[in-house]
Amino acid sequence: MENSPEKKKIKEESLLSIFLFLLTVTALYEVAFLLAPEKALAALGFGWKMLTRLFPVLLLVFLMMFLSNLFIKPRWVQNQLGRDSGFKGVLMAMVGGILSMGPVYVWYGILSNFRNKGMRPALIAVFLYTRSIKLPLLPLMVFYFGMPYTVLLSFYMLLFSLPNGLLTEQLTGNQKTMEEKYGSG
Amino acid sequence: MIFNMKQQTKKSDKNSVSISAKKTGKMFARTLPNILAVVFLSGLFIEFVPIEHLSDFFGGGLLADGLIGATIGSVSTGNPLISYALGGELLDHGMSLVAVTALIVSWVTVGFIQFPAEIQAFGPRFAIIRNCLSFLFALVIAFLTIITIQFMGIG
Repeated sequence: MENSPEKKKIKEESLLSIFLFLLTVTALYEVAFLLAPEKALAALGFGWKMLTRLFPVLLLVFLMMFLSNLFIKPRWVQNQLGRDSGFKGVLMAMVGGILSMGPVYVWYGILSNFRNKGMRPALIAVFLYTRSIKLPLLPLMVFYFGMPYTVLLSFYMLLFSLPNGLLTEQLTGNQKTMEEKYGSG
Repeated sequence: MIFNMKQQTKKSDKNSVSISAKKTGKMFARTLPNILAVVFLSGLFIEFVPIEHLSDFFGGGLLADGLIGATIGSVSTGNPLISYALGGELLDHGMSLVAVTALIVSWVTVGFIQFPAEIQAFGPRFAIIRNCLSFLFALVIAFLTIITIQFMGIG
């Protein structure tokens, strides 16, 4: 089975699924360069600038991934964030979501890893939802919309993270992730 | 014997560090193409979508405005700060607070640009359901916030 055509095909499919999005964006850039080269170049510059700003967060996420692979065992994830984690699990996902920094997509890798170790999908959705509450940006929201509006909106976003998570889990069922489907190799 | 056990523990620690490093490298290599794709797609979005003309789409009633606000927030990307500034601008242009709130909430909870990356990480069903629910809740939260503000006489 080591080098069987079936396994090779699965690896090729997995590789394609990893690069498909990036290839699509590359194709979009090619079209953009044909239609409006100046704007496309500016877009590329914007992306590069964003990437350099993201670098410290990416390093932090890489470090967290490494530490979680080294110290966090599936049994711990199952206990703290699994099906029977209860309110403690919800609270951990909420606090984690609020405190997590950087754009959401840099967290997909670590959350996917936690899911494969037993984190319940509801808590992943709760984490992703509570990321909408940005503590460092709250003063700016107060500046634009006032204190009562900011407090109310933050409260409702925190409140609705729970039904969002539970309903997502309920409706998702037992769907497998790409990693579960194709393996981690 | 104790020395032997200590040496064995050291060896197994070294082994688990190298296994974790390898695993992390693989995970990161799997995630990085999606991160790059989202970052550069955001660049295209910022350059090609005229955010300053968004107010032209509004003005069709509270629910329609809420839906448009949530849709714009869902397909938009970038720092949430942009959504606050845009929301403030739209309010100045007479847009309803429902539309602006729906835009602000969906901006951070629904991810159209990063949708392929979310599918890759959690599977299509999870990504579709989570984003659809977040879109719906953006509208619910927008209406609830405004109703609460009016009910309490604040704001």
